Amino acid sequence: MTVDQALSERFLERAEARGLVDVAVATMDSPIGSLLLMATPKGLVRIAFESENRDEVFGEVAERLSPRILDAPRRLDPVRRELDKYFGGKLRDFDVPIDWSLAGTFARRVLRRTARIPYGSVASYGEVAVGVGTPRGYRAVGNALGSNPIPVVVPCHRVVRTGGAIGGYGGGLPRKRWLLDLEAG
Amino acid sequence: MTIVNSTALPPFQRVFDEHAQAVLTFLVGAVGASEAEDCFQETMVSALRAYPRLGDASNLRAWLFTIARRKAIDAHRGRARRPTPVSDPDPGSAFDSHPDIDEGLWDHVRSLPSKQRKAVVLRFAGDRSYPEIAAAMSTTQDSARQSVHQGLKKLRRELR
Repeated sequence: MTVDQALSERFLERAEARGLVDVAVATMDSPIGSLLLMATPKGLVRIAFESENRDEVFGEVAERLSPRILDAPRRLDPVRRELDKYFGGKLRDFDVPIDWSLAGTFARRVLRRTARIPYGSVASYGEVAVGVGTPRGYRAVGNALGSNPIPVVVPCHRVVRTGGAIGGYGGGLPRKRWLLDLEAG
Repeated sequence: MTIVNSTALPPFQRVFDEHAQAVLTFLVGAVGASEAEDCFQETMVSALRAYPRLGDASNLRAWLFTIARRKAIDAHRGRARRPTPVSDPDPGSAFDSHPDIDEGLWDHVRSLPSKQRKAVVLRFAGDRSYPEIAAAMSTTQDSARQSVHQGLKKLRRELR
């Protein structure tokens, strides 16, 4: 049992005013299921599919960033607006600030490179590996993409196998296929 | 290899959702309905501030009640003079000192001398005004005020 909404909102206002909301949380519905969105003051830091274990998602964020995690949906309004447009086929490039804190050094390079693959096109794991200067490291690239903390917005779904096979996806292949179909128009 | 901390803290939102109502109820009893919300907000903000430094997540409710109790005592003091800023509670020692304050405080109230006990309960659990307390106890307002004051003084001494 929790306290009434107005009281919770006043608490959130105070916490925000004092800069104590390290991680803001919101959820949204989407054609590929409910999405859990998290942002730090620096930017969007995590998107989790409903197939991911919530306790593990929160546990990792609490440990690596901060346990000062609060539902603060308004702070994610810009992200939700862009995602809604994207899922509606009306947005090709995301513009929201990104916080890369949950990606390691190598993963960050891979993901930044991936973010440059244009809407509607794909690249192979090998091509991304070449792009980050480790031509033989396509396996490591695969791992980095698999642990993408910000799927959809950082479009790891645009990386597929050479020869046209779809490859893997952290959120499951049906989601990857749905996203590629959306972008194919 | 990732080292997983087995006592990882839950998101503060979960702590809030699970314990806010109990903290609020305690504070309504301790300082009265009119001041409870302020104390409640201060309690939760202090808790949020200190939260990342809390080493042990095994008894979060006791930890919150320890902070709430301090805020309630500050509120009582604040009636007499302007409140002084209170530093953030040290999560470690706060956690150890009064693990069952919600039970404990009222135990102390129950053991007050009868006049003080009645006056304190009417004032803080019943949220009665001094004229009402005076009427209920068939005494003067000054005397009711005095009984509440003495009761709180005794409680503060015992709970320190």
